Amino acid sequence: MGINAISLNSIEKRFHQKQVIAPLSLEIPKGQLIGLLGPSGCGKTTLIKMIMGMIKPDNGHIQVLNYTVPHKQLLTDIGYMAQSDALYLDLTGEENLHFFAKLYRLPKKERAERVNYAASLVHLTDDLTSKVLNYSGGMKRRLSLAIALIQNPKLLILDEPTVGIDPVLKKEIWQELIRLKNEEHKTILVTTHAMDEAERCDQLAMLRNGHIIAHGTPDDLKAHYQAKDFDEVFLKAGGEAL
Amino acid sequence: MRIGAIVTRIMQQMIRDKRTLALLFFAPLLVLSLMYFVFNSNEPDMTLVVSNGPTSIIEKLEWADFHVIEKNDFSIDSLKDDKYDGWLAFHPTQLKLILLNDDPSTAKALKMKLSQVLQPEQSAMMKLTTDYVYGDENTAIFDIFSPMLTGFFVFFFVFLITGIALLKERTSGTLERLLATPIKRSEIVAGYIIGYGLFALLQTTIIVLFGVYVLDIVHVGSIWLVLLINIVVALVSLSLGALLSSFAASEFQMMQFIPLVIIPQIFFSGIFPLDNMVEWLQNIGRIMPLYYAADALNGVMYKGYSFSEILADLAVLACFALVFITLNIISLKKYRSL
Repeated sequence: MGINAISLNSIEKRFHQKQVIAPLSLEIPKGQLIGLLGPSGCGKTTLIKMIMGMIKPDNGHIQVLNYTVPHKQLLTDIGYMAQSDALYLDLTGEENLHFFAKLYRLPKKERAERVNYAASLVHLTDDLTSKVLNYSGGMKRRLSLAIALIQNPKLLILDEPTVGIDPVLKKEIWQELIRLKNEEHKTILVTTHAMDEAERCDQLAMLRNGHIIAHGTPDDLKAHYQAKDFDEVFLKAGGEAL
Repeated sequence: MRIGAIVTRIMQQMIRDKRTLALLFFAPLLVLSLMYFVFNSNEPDMTLVVSNGPTSIIEKLEWADFHVIEKNDFSIDSLKDDKYDGWLAFHPTQLKLILLNDDPSTAKALKMKLSQVLQPEQSAMMKLTTDYVYGDENTAIFDIFSPMLTGFFVFFFVFLITGIALLKERTSGTLERLLATPIKRSEIVAGYIIGYGLFALLQTTIIVLFGVYVLDIVHVGSIWLVLLINIVVALVSLSLGALLSSFAASEFQMMQFIPLVIIPQIFFSGIFPLDNMVEWLQNIGRIMPLYYAADALNGVMYKGYSFSEILADLAVLACFALVFITLNIISLKKYRSL
């Protein structure tokens, strides 16, 4: 089984008669950084939750890393960062990391190593012993990212990872994502509505009203829509679909 | 190990949340004490008339804080006139206690205390018969519902704290994040039951010991059985609180379960005599966990039942817990289809 990390085959989802995901298919190759682009409420988070197996599609077939979704073992291979910071505020950063590391059944020695590695990656080493309650918004985001990396997963699914993070750290996080992709051959799926981030992805899928309205490399898309930047691509692509 | 991770985390969180800890451990004691003093405010002053009593026993009675009046020619009429609480008459072959019983709780307390004082002698000597001037021995109600109070407080506070703790986990998104790891749904529920169960166990022990030894709530049966019943009650309440939290969207909605789930159970747990209710109403009582808890607690503390006599009640309570735990595991499907 092949080169695709994720393949979605005509999946469809409705919530209370409302079509959230129209029948859509998408292939995401291994070892790439893929951006899922779209305005709020376009179905990005629903799509991600279906890939994780947390929401069942009404129709269609999902295959992730050679597992048919839903599959519990698959969850070990996915590092997930939710849109809202799901952290235990009354625990310290370190306790949060250790807690999730234990859920992935990392052995004690490896656990300590991974906690240190993940914390240093997001520059939280010095703040590990204070309670998350006292963290700033950006620090919480970084801790969520560290948790997503804790079990050294093959696939990273990050739902708007850089919201509320200052430009300097945002740059660092993107450098790290690209390093993880290049050196550790991880597949990374990122949702965003920041157009400057879209530029850095290997491939982009644009989602609007549950449809994939455009799919390709950033340069392909720009050329296809004859646009200077992504704001323009987005507006033009959206206009066509509507 | 995953269950252990959840248990450890819950402990860390709880120990840091000082106010919740205080609510868990001190609030029940405070309310229990308050109810005790409200219902027992006239108890301490008990006057007992003794006729033909041996000096040794009179000394013992006085030592037990009875206000003893020795009168050899005494009658029920004079007992009524003078409004003494009771009259203990020593006859050659029998021992006769006549209680005024104008206040059932006083009469009950007097009888209880007297039988404690006389216990060592009683079997060797003669039979004690009791008569009542007013009413009969079934008039008192507080003694019947004080054992169930301990069960009620365990139920109420455990329900509240687990319900809200799990709700917080649902609303903050951490539960969903938890389910994005390969953890089993049953492992989450087990972690919760054990984690909060340990606190519930501690709370239960404190409430029972405080009630029995500090407030002196009547207990004829074994204290271990009282603890056992209350632990099972805590388990039921824990799993019910966790389950209902999935139907609440906020802390405020969780509170709305109190008049819906907690208050009706009080009506069926022995404060109001069930025998006088119409049958359909009695049947409603049978679907409430506290009905069985109160029955078992009353049995042990008031009537001195043994383990085998409360086994049926315990079994029903265990079934409640089992059903709620299973429903909890199923309800987590809402967050992950597997």
